Amino acid sequence: MSRAGPVIIFVAALFALWYAAAVPMNIREALTAAEREGVAVQPDTAVERRDANALGLVLANPGQIPDAWAQDRPRLPAPHQVAGELWQSVVMEEVEGRRGLLRSGSLSNRGLLLHAWITLSATALGFVIGAMAGIALAIGIVHSKTMEKSVMPWAIVSQTVPIVALAPMIVVVLYSVGLQGLLPKAIISAYLSFFPVVVGMVKGLRAPDAMQTDLMRTWDASGWQVLTRLRLPASMPYLFASMKIAVAAALVGAIVGELPVQGGGLGARMLAGSYYGQTAQIWAALLLAAALAAVLVAMIGGAQRLALRRMGGAA
Amino acid sequence: MSAAILALALWLGLWALNVWLATGPLSNRIWARMAVPLLFGITILILWEIAVRALQVPLVILPPPSQIGARFAESLPILWGDFVQTILRGALSGYAIGCGAAFLTAIAVDRFVFLQRGLLPLASFMAALPIVGTAPILVMWFGFDWQSKAAVVVVMVFFPMLVNTVAGLAETSAMQRDLMKSWGAGYWQGLVKLRLPAAMPFIFNGLKICTTLALIGAIVAEFFGSPTLGLGFRITTSVGQLALDMVWAAILVAALAGTGFYGLVALIERGVTFWHPSQRG
Repeated sequence: MSRAGPVIIFVAALFALWYAAAVPMNIREALTAAEREGVAVQPDTAVERRDANALGLVLANPGQIPDAWAQDRPRLPAPHQVAGELWQSVVMEEVEGRRGLLRSGSLSNRGLLLHAWITLSATALGFVIGAMAGIALAIGIVHSKTMEKSVMPWAIVSQTVPIVALAPMIVVVLYSVGLQGLLPKAIISAYLSFFPVVVGMVKGLRAPDAMQTDLMRTWDASGWQVLTRLRLPASMPYLFASMKIAVAAALVGAIVGELPVQGGGLGARMLAGSYYGQTAQIWAALLLAAALAAVLVAMIGGAQRLALRRMGGAA
Repeated sequence: MSAAILALALWLGLWALNVWLATGPLSNRIWARMAVPLLFGITILILWEIAVRALQVPLVILPPPSQIGARFAESLPILWGDFVQTILRGALSGYAIGCGAAFLTAIAVDRFVFLQRGLLPLASFMAALPIVGTAPILVMWFGFDWQSKAAVVVVMVFFPMLVNTVAGLAETSAMQRDLMKSWGAGYWQGLVKLRLPAAMPFIFNGLKICTTLALIGAIVAEFFGSPTLGLGFRITTSVGQLALDMVWAAILVAALAGTGFYGLVALIERGVTFWHPSQRG
């Protein structure tokens, strides 16, 4: 309790702030709706209200505050509206919808679960490609001085390039050679997740000190044996730490890669929400992406504990 | 066929030169250390050029580097306008505001244990989230011009910067803090003279991570709406017109800006944390 207490207080404060902020953000729309229904509102023309301060409008019309939390297309949806949208698009759409899981046997394309699945599969594929490439490159860098000197500076430069600038083009290029769907997004994910793994693994593979490598040499170990029996086991903590960063980056890559593709996924859902003013939909997709990120990082953490325990380490 | 042989011969020749430069007798000279990655980059560019010409890859898939360079040179005024809009107005102002706010918050977090227990777990959770997803919301709130791009950048850089700065402020050992206390130093003296300097490597690590995030935030935010200039706008419209050489020219601007920005921060870091082992190498 003593550790969770401050966190709970902060989360509660965050929600209170969210509700409070939603009032001035949505008050104009609420007043317009109230005026149409014939309720007297303070500055009674829309032109005057447009020029007025939002906080002043709230103070002048305290009766409309509940309306500000119940708008159809709010500028800032209240937490319960986002929760309602999540419930609607994750559970109700599958249970009751015409195209839902119960009626049609497959996930509804109007529900969030299908889009989350599309994003998750692109993230997973991209993460696996990126992590493999990163480990391979790190092994090459540790074994070849030339490779380190020529590739490492470019690996660093490649990370200062805002990769998302490439996203639409990668998609167009791959489309014109007949590739579409999962792979273009996965390539963007892989590009983002590969760098943390390279840096972490280079550090990890170099973690054994001179004494340990010398000992391997006195046992007449070949380069391959040094790699598999000493360097790779020693690099595991570094690998898992960098994989946690990499998997979060892979998710960002998949979401950004979905922006220009329009083939479904949480990113496409956000873009659609922003086109049609469905703010609750954007927030719901955002929260689901956040939950996905948390679950992915937690899964890597679990794998780390398992691997370290099997290796006999103090996990 | 002859192009393939030429490409292979070039690759082997330049790679052999690289091996000699990197491991041979000259490998400790400064110019040799600079030349190795440069040669590698030039090799890739030449191979790219040969491959595109020999295989007659259509322009709409992959233009050769020479043509990208030509397009870059002839549309400098347009690209300069995009650079000012996206990098100078959007990314830099957001970067300054976000990193500044995160720095001040970190000092407050460090001062008050309550904030440390309550805010820090939330912040490290937020730092791992796909915050770029808030871009459509912020564009809706702050309009299409650079203000909304700066807002996206602020949100993106805040949490990584906060987490790094707090970690840096915890870097001093109990012995060092006790020594400061035995000299009669108050909280602020201890902060300014011991703990902030000790935190600098971490702060600069955060600042370097945030340079890339700032550019990503500013460019992605333009995908959700922008005035008729900016790098993100240029990329999306040029992809639509299948003017791939223009897309690559815009990417070149973003790459140069990103590398320059990162290099600038790294240069300042070298000046400020000259005492740190990683800088003395």
